[in-house]
Amino acid sequence: MSAFLEVENLRVSFPSGGKAIHPVDGVSFQVDRGETLALVGESGCGKSLTSLALLRLLPPAGRIEPGSAIRLGGEDVLALEGEALRRIRGKRVGMVFQDPMTSLNPVFTVGDQIAEGIRAHADVSRREARERAVALLAEVGIPDPAARATAYPHQMSGGMRQRVMIAIALSSGPELLIADEPTTALDVTVQAQILEILDRLRRSHGLAVLLITHDLGIVAGRADRVAVMYAGRIVEAATTAELFARPSHPYTRGLFASIPTLTGPRTRLTPISGNVPSPAAWPTGCRFRTRCPQAMERCSAEPSGVRLTATHRSWCWLAEEPPA
Amino acid sequence: MTAPLLRVENLVKHYEAGGLLRKEPPVRAVDGISLEVGRGETLGLVGESGCGKSSVGRTILRLQEPTGGRVLFEDHDVFRLERGPLRALRRRMQIIFQDPYSSLDPRMTVGDSIAEGLEIHGIVPRLERAGRVAALLDEVGLDPASATRYPHEFSGGQRQRIGIARALAVEPSFIVCDEPVSALDVSVQAQVLNLLTDLQERRGLSYLFIAHDLAVVRQIAHRVAVMYLGRIVETGPTEEVLARPKHPYTQALLSAVPVPTPDGQRTRIILPGDPPSPSAPPPGCRFHPRCFHPKKDARCSAEAPELRQLGTQMVACHYADG
Repeated sequence: MSAFLEVENLRVSFPSGGKAIHPVDGVSFQVDRGETLALVGESGCGKSLTSLALLRLLPPAGRIEPGSAIRLGGEDVLALEGEALRRIRGKRVGMVFQDPMTSLNPVFTVGDQIAEGIRAHADVSRREARERAVALLAEVGIPDPAARATAYPHQMSGGMRQRVMIAIALSSGPELLIADEPTTALDVTVQAQILEILDRLRRSHGLAVLLITHDLGIVAGRADRVAVMYAGRIVEAATTAELFARPSHPYTRGLFASIPTLTGPRTRLTPISGNVPSPAAWPTGCRFRTRCPQAMERCSAEPSGVRLTATHRSWCWLAEEPPA
Repeated sequence: MTAPLLRVENLVKHYEAGGLLRKEPPVRAVDGISLEVGRGETLGLVGESGCGKSSVGRTILRLQEPTGGRVLFEDHDVFRLERGPLRALRRRMQIIFQDPYSSLDPRMTVGDSIAEGLEIHGIVPRLERAGRVAALLDEVGLDPASATRYPHEFSGGQRQRIGIARALAVEPSFIVCDEPVSALDVSVQAQVLNLLTDLQERRGLSYLFIAHDLAVVRQIAHRVAVMYLGRIVETGPTEEVLARPKHPYTQALLSAVPVPTPDGQRTRIILPGDPPSPSAPPPGCRFHPRCFHPKKDARCSAEAPELRQLGTQMVACHYADG
C-alpha cells in the first residue's frame, strides 16, 4: 500500500549567474492519511520550496528537474496540466502559510472568501456555500461565526486570520494539508490554539498533514515523524520519539544543543559554528561537513542513508547500522 | 545594597490615536510600570506582541517621549535632561534591535557605521579609530577586515554582531536588547546569546533584554518581568518565575511554549481568545477576561491588582497564592 503523498528524489533548480543552483536537491519522503510529517530546518534549507514544488507553485524561474517524482493519491502530479492540476491544487490539497494577511483579499468579507472557495470546487448554491462557510468558521474555533463571517480581514487579529486561512484550506474537503510555518508570526498563547486546531482536524478528517517549521519545539508536540533538512537535502528522518530520544546526525544534534530550554540545568549553549552556506556554495560530499565538529576525510564523499531502525535513517558516515 | 544602575518608576507611555476629525482613545501601551536593573545584571522583559515591552525600552532611552513617570540612570533624571546632557548620556545607554539591517546605513561601510559613534562622542582620536573598529569587530567575533565591506554582504547573525559592535563602540554601561535574536536561526541565535553573555562578563554590562521567547530569556536573564497589556503582572528571579509561576498569565504563557523534549508538551493551558486591545483595556485586572483562576470573581473585573510580594516573586493578582 502506498502513502497518500510520495515524493521521490525531488530536485528544484534556479538559474543563478549563468549556472543552475539546486536549493532542493534530491528530497524523498512520504505522508500518509491521518499522520503529520514535519519538515524541519533553518532558513534556506529548502523546506518551503519543497512544499511549493509539490503543487508546482514555484516562482517562475524555478524548475523541477527530470528524475523527480511527486505522487498524490496515486496521481502523477508532474504529468498533470490545466484543469487536472487545478483540481489537485484547490481540491485535494489545502495550504496554510505563515502570513494570512498576504493570502486574504482585503476587500471581501472572510465569509465570502470561504464561500468562494467552496463554490469553486463544489456545485452548490450561494446560500448553501454561505452556510458551509459559517460552519467551517465554527469548526476552526471562531466564536460567533455567523457574525464574524461578515468581517473583513483587517478587522481580525492574526490568530483569527490564521483560523480563516485554515477554514479556506478546508473548504474544498482536502486530503492533504500543507502548513508552512503556520504559527511563526503568532504569539505563543495563540500559537497553541492554532496547533491544537490543526491536530484536531487531522484526527477528525483523517488529513495527511505536512508541517513545515524551523521550530523543533512545535514538532515535539504535534508530528508523528520528522525529516530534518539541511542545504537542500534530508539529513535525518525518524519518528518524532526516535529523533528526540536519539538524534543521530551531527546537524540534528547541533540544533538541539543550540536551543535554550525552559527546564533542566541552565548551561552555556553549544552553537553550530559558522553560517548556513548559500546554495551556490554548497560543499561537495556531506553538505554539513564545513560546520561539522566531527568532519573527517571521508565526508568529502556523499554519505548514503544508514538505517538505524526501520523508521530512523541518518545520512552521515558516522551513523552505523545496528548489528543484525 | 548599592543603588541600581537603572530605576524606572511608574512609567507611562500612551500613543494618541485617530486623525484630525475623529479622536479615538489613546493606545495605553505602557500603563504604569516600575523596574530596576542592577550593575552587571540582565532583566528580561517578556510578553506577547502588543504588551508594550518594546515601548518600555524605547521610552527609557527617550527615543520617544514619555507620557509620565521617572527614569533614573546613573543618578541622572533622564526625562528632565536637556538636549545636550541627554546626548552625552546616550553614550552610556545603547540599544540593539531585532533587525540590525534597519539600523545600519546600507551605503556606509561596516567600519564607518561602527566609527560613527566614536566620532560623534569624540571617544578616540581620528588616527586611532581604525584600530578601535578592528578591535571591536574582533571582540564580537568578526574578521577585522570586515570593516571595509557593506551590510548587505553579511548574514543575519553577522549583521547582529555588527549592531552589537556599533553599540559597544561608545562604551555604554547599559544596553536595551530589543528582541535581538528573534529573527535568527537557532544555530546562530545560540552564537549571539553566548556573545552577549561573554560581553556582559567582560565589560560588566547591564541589559534590559526584551523578548517573547521565555527559553531565550531563561538563558540570559538573572531576573524577569512579565508584561500583559501595558502592566507588569509578575517579576522575580528568572529560575523561580519560570519554575513556579504564580500569576495565571505567566502560567499560561509558560505552558504554551512548545518544548523540544521527547515527550513533547506538558500540561497545556490553552487561553481563550486574543489579548484585548491596549486602547480599551478591560477594567480591573486586565487579564480577567481570559483568566482561568478558580477563584476569579467580581473583584477581578472591578479592582486592578497591585504587585505584591509572594515568596521570591512580586505578583499582580488578587488570588495568586504562595
